[in-house]
Amino acid sequence: MILLSHYIVVSAILFSIGVIGVLCRRNALVIFMSVEIMLNAANLAFIAFAREHGGMEGQTIAFFVMALAAAEVAVGLGIIMAVFKKQGTIDLAKINFLKG
Amino acid sequence: MQNLLLGIPISTVVFLIPLLPFLGACFNGLVALMCRSGKAPVPKPLVTLVAVMMPVLAFALTVWLFFFAKDPATGFTTPPLWNWIAVDDFIAGISFKIDRLSLVMGLIITGVGSLIHIYSTGYMSHDAGYARYFTFLNLFLFAMLILVFAGNLPLMFVGWEGVGMCSYFLIGFWFEDPQKASAGKKAFIVNRVGDFGFLLAMFLIYKTLSQKGLTPGLGFLSFDTLERFRGDLFLVATPICLLLFVGAMGKSAQIPLYVWLPDAMAGPTPVSALIHAATMVTAGVYMIARLHFLYTLSPVAMEFVATIGVSTALFAALIAVVQSDIKKVLAYSTVSQLGFMFYAVGVGSFSAGIFHLMTHAFFKACLFLGSGSVIHGLHGEQNVWKMGGLKSKMPITAWTFGLSVLAIAGMFPFAGFFSKDAILFHGYVLGPRVLWVMGFLTAGLTAFYMTRVFALTFLGQPRDHHLHDHAHESPFSMTFALIVLAILAVVGGWVGVPESLHGNDLFFRWFAPLFPYQEFYEKIEHAGRGTELTLSFVTLLWAFHCALLAFVLYSQKLNIAKNLALKCPRVHQLLENKFYVDEIYQTLIVNPLGWVSDKVLWKFTDQKVIDSLFVEGTAQTMSLAGRTLSLLQSGAVQMYAILFAIGGLLLIAYFVL
Repeated sequence: MILLSHYIVVSAILFSIGVIGVLCRRNALVIFMSVEIMLNAANLAFIAFAREHGGMEGQTIAFFVMALAAAEVAVGLGIIMAVFKKQGTIDLAKINFLKG
Repeated sequence: MQNLLLGIPISTVVFLIPLLPFLGACFNGLVALMCRSGKAPVPKPLVTLVAVMMPVLAFALTVWLFFFAKDPATGFTTPPLWNWIAVDDFIAGISFKIDRLSLVMGLIITGVGSLIHIYSTGYMSHDAGYARYFTFLNLFLFAMLILVFAGNLPLMFVGWEGVGMCSYFLIGFWFEDPQKASAGKKAFIVNRVGDFGFLLAMFLIYKTLSQKGLTPGLGFLSFDTLERFRGDLFLVATPICLLLFVGAMGKSAQIPLYVWLPDAMAGPTPVSALIHAATMVTAGVYMIARLHFLYTLSPVAMEFVATIGVSTALFAALIAVVQSDIKKVLAYSTVSQLGFMFYAVGVGSFSAGIFHLMTHAFFKACLFLGSGSVIHGLHGEQNVWKMGGLKSKMPITAWTFGLSVLAIAGMFPFAGFFSKDAILFHGYVLGPRVLWVMGFLTAGLTAFYMTRVFALTFLGQPRDHHLHDHAHESPFSMTFALIVLAILAVVGGWVGVPESLHGNDLFFRWFAPLFPYQEFYEKIEHAGRGTELTLSFVTLLWAFHCALLAFVLYSQKLNIAKNLALKCPRVHQLLENKFYVDEIYQTLIVNPLGWVSDKVLWKFTDQKVIDSLFVEGTAQTMSLAGRTLSLLQSGAVQMYAILFAIGGLLLIAYFVL
């Protein structure tokens, strides 16, 4: 029997993997993929709750998140391309435009 | 008031009296400002006209008020022009109290003041600060008139401070000389000590009366209110009177706050005559006479005033005996005579105090102006040992000076005789015998040192021939004032010829309604005319012999006088160094104060605490914090993300747990 808590745990594990990926990996593309994992972890939680409560709101939001992720990828990849053109690398450890 | 002047009620006219000198001061102040640093020549005739006309007009108005304003003996208080301070139940209006006391003072101030203005036009004629000088002199008259006409204590205090300020300006008139500038500062600071007492007394009066739940219309501190509710002040009368007397000590140069007056001689000589002899320094005496109803509540305070007064009189007279600067002698003489006045008011004889104040204003102003004439004629020389034999060179100055010396020495029938005798007689009857003895000794010393100065300056042989040859008599503008004041110094006392000398005691009768103390008059009456006559005679004889001794010693037997000084060097030095009072002040007060200011307040509090700790400390703490925090801003995005995640976790932990 698969309960709500199982879905939530999986979602939390996925989210944590995503967070750790964002925090620890250096390659901007991999960080990007980690962000996608976090978004999908959230989607999983939304869907699980929607199924549990029988409402449509969770599924609707999941669609919104997918649309947002697509848009984000378009913008994000553009930024990464620009940074690569300027710096010749996408290793975040070597990029410190924000240093005060 | 049914009395009108050109259709204006009296209660309005009186405000013109101080206003006129004030306008003069404003005008001359503007002239002085515009002609500053030699951009334009000073329009001297115009300055002179305004500066002299204003006091003369004020004098004319006062005379008119004195003779033609039919007021009852106890006077009246004008309705306030406006309320100067009105906070809750504390109300101080600009209102004047016009009675015989303030009118006599007003006459002295405007009269002697006008003469001294005229004199100054000659004395200061070559000074670059001509307009500035008359600005301050007019301003002084304004402040002094406010002081004497004020109808309440706060307004009196305005005048009190105003005259102190003008005194400061004028003592340090030649401020390019640091010594003169510091003499001005000394006067100002010593006066501040006294003013502190004056303020405390006002606070105490206000506190006491406001707690009684009274609702007087004119405010608690108006003289009328105070007189009406004096009974409510009975318990605190002693502290109030003593604190007010502290103010008088400062302003009127009594022990222990007299030290500024001899130094105040750094100012131009007419200033010494007007401010530091005739008017401002007598403000303390006037204040006590004005508040007689408070002082009579406290026998302790009265006795204190009398004791301080007569001690000062004797002390200053002793110092005056050996001084060699002609103005210093006169300065100590002023301190001494002021002591006499306080002795009089201290034993309860307010009218005698005012009487002496008046005669003293005449002869001391004349003496100072005479000394100014001598200094002017000798191009700035003030040392009496370099003078001598000036009688032939400046006869008018010598004669007027001589008459005033006779007056201050108390010779019959000059002005000083009557006022000093009244004081000594009243002191003998009303006060302790020991004070009278001190006063008696002072009378002799006064005759001695004044004759000494006169003999050294005008009689004998010239001791400095160069100076003597170039000496000249002063111009008419100066001798005019001298002559008028000398006449006053002769006849000024005749308004108070006592009954024992077949006079009618006019001055005292005239003041009697103002000081309604039955006991006082009974005691005087009881003492009898015989006592008075005997005392007068003894004092006159004593003063005469002292004067004669000084005359012989210092005009003919100068060697004996010099030998005398050599034979008892200790005494002579003690006196010459003014009992080392200035040195004692220096050691006990000025040096410790200087040390505290230097080491504690400046080097520690200011430099270490405020500058280093607070000002620079704050800045450095901030910049250190900034530098530390800026380390966080490494530009590594992932570090930001980690911090963000930690923050998020902490928030979740906070809300969930």
